Amino acid sequence: MTQSDFLFRRSGKLPYIANTDADQRTMFETIGCSGFEEMWKAAQVDFPVPALENLSSGMSEHRMLDDFRSLAARNASVTAFLGGGFYDHLIPAAVDAVISRSEFYTSYTPYQPEASQGTLQAIYEYQSAICRLTGMQVSNASLYDGGSAVYEAALLGCRVTRRSRIVISEAVSPLYRRMLKTYAANQEMEVVEVPARGVESDLAALQAAVDARTAMVIVQYPNFFGQVEQWDAFTAEIRQKKILTAAVCYPLALAVLRTPGEMGFDIAVGEGQSLGIPLSFGGPYLGYMAVKSDLMRKIPGRIVGRTVDLEGKPGFVLTLQAREQHIRRESAMSNICSNENLCALTALVYLTMMGKQGLIDAAEQSAAKALFARNELSRLPGVEATAGGFFNEFVIKLPFAAGDAVKRMLPKGYAPGIPLGAYYPGRENELLVAVTEKRTREEIEGMVKALEEIL
Amino acid sequence: MKYYTEDHEWVDVSGGEATIGISEYAAGELGDITFIELPSEDEDYIVGDTLATVESVKTASDVYAPISGTVCAVNEELSEDPGIINSSPEEKGWICKLKDFDTSELDDMMSPDAYTKFLRKLEE
Repeated sequence: MTQSDFLFRRSGKLPYIANTDADQRTMFETIGCSGFEEMWKAAQVDFPVPALENLSSGMSEHRMLDDFRSLAARNASVTAFLGGGFYDHLIPAAVDAVISRSEFYTSYTPYQPEASQGTLQAIYEYQSAICRLTGMQVSNASLYDGGSAVYEAALLGCRVTRRSRIVISEAVSPLYRRMLKTYAANQEMEVVEVPARGVESDLAALQAAVDARTAMVIVQYPNFFGQVEQWDAFTAEIRQKKILTAAVCYPLALAVLRTPGEMGFDIAVGEGQSLGIPLSFGGPYLGYMAVKSDLMRKIPGRIVGRTVDLEGKPGFVLTLQAREQHIRRESAMSNICSNENLCALTALVYLTMMGKQGLIDAAEQSAAKALFARNELSRLPGVEATAGGFFNEFVIKLPFAAGDAVKRMLPKGYAPGIPLGAYYPGRENELLVAVTEKRTREEIEGMVKALEEIL
Repeated sequence: MKYYTEDHEWVDVSGGEATIGISEYAAGELGDITFIELPSEDEDYIVGDTLATVESVKTASDVYAPISGTVCAVNEELSEDPGIINSSPEEKGWICKLKDFDTSELDDMMSPDAYTKFLRKLEE
């Protein structure tokens, strides 16, 4: 079999790989292989060359587009009440229009400031916005996603305190905790998880779990179950033990809640998807990290700073690079030497379009609609709902497995929530329901009615 | 009496205390120093441990403990003005002082003259 079989050259279609058959023969001769299959064997790959029998021999552009359209049409459209860290918020159409400009869409690494002032300024403004939202003094240029941001916070804690034990509440997203444990597995980092109490974080248990080897305590705000908790006294106590505190925060909620900075946290991290980034079946997403000023030289990732050039004109550069790999190698703060540039820009454009009041409106409406949904749901017989104290997410307890409820409601056009049993053993009858400003009264009432029908 | 290491640190022993810094040559090579991460008092270091980290615009350099001992003083002025290391590396730019050190560890180090000869060889 030659590579040509993959190229559909037989059908005379336009090839997207430039090597001709003659080029390939020369290459194979040079490495001493008779063809693709022998080369594959020589590379000692575990699995055989894929047969690719189901691939057609090639099709016209028009036909191919039709094919993809019918594939896409198989996606079910449901009204989603799904949260757990990623939310279906309204995104102004102008956001996409701005970020799709090729100057933003295709530009990337701004290591040459003389050619990247636009990108650098945008990142600087993004960093400033994150600082304002979180009440912190320094933000980096972004990380990959909420989960890896939690890991970077843990790493930061270990680095600064020179200890290796991380205490994390189980009211932090189970996805992020799993990622943290994956990262920690091959490092000198011990991760201790502290169970929640119902929908609440167990502050007493968190305090008790802390010891002389602890570097940092990580909690979530609002917590994974949607509860808004006050952390001031807790952070003050932990700080006295010279242990760092990190809060994993829902950015949109911070428009109306007290900031982690105000509550005394050292570090705020989380997922920026709620700031104008579409759900897209899992990504790309946006990790953010913001810290108090005394941690400025310990934070990982790129940082953009504002400065003046030789002629005294203001400009922007990547700064504090002595933290990073290309200068410190294995002593660097972390191995990340990138950021989610386009997603960070998207968040900035979203915040700019929404404005301060717009953001508050979106948050207030999300909370108000969640309260409405909660009240409607709790009127159903057999359904218990979180009493109160939540932002836009709450838990309902059903008389049967929540997973079953979801299966039966999907055909009715509703994804009513996330069954907790997938992540919290023993809580199979509980469903985590999220509501955003995007949900209408009709949609909420429709979902309640659909649940009523299966009770 | 000042002793020098091949990593361009100097040690000045007097009255049971060893004052440590980096040489003029090292300061020159690093360029404008923007930040120094200082050790904490009462911490113990073994020869070869990273005692401090000096950052300039273009690099971050570790300062290794030339001898083993316990930190008894730290030059806090360097936090305010790290540039003192550039203007006075062998005097006002001292980094920290160690106590309870083993004087035999000084035997492997160079005298000021030996260090000057060592530098000349480097430049060749």
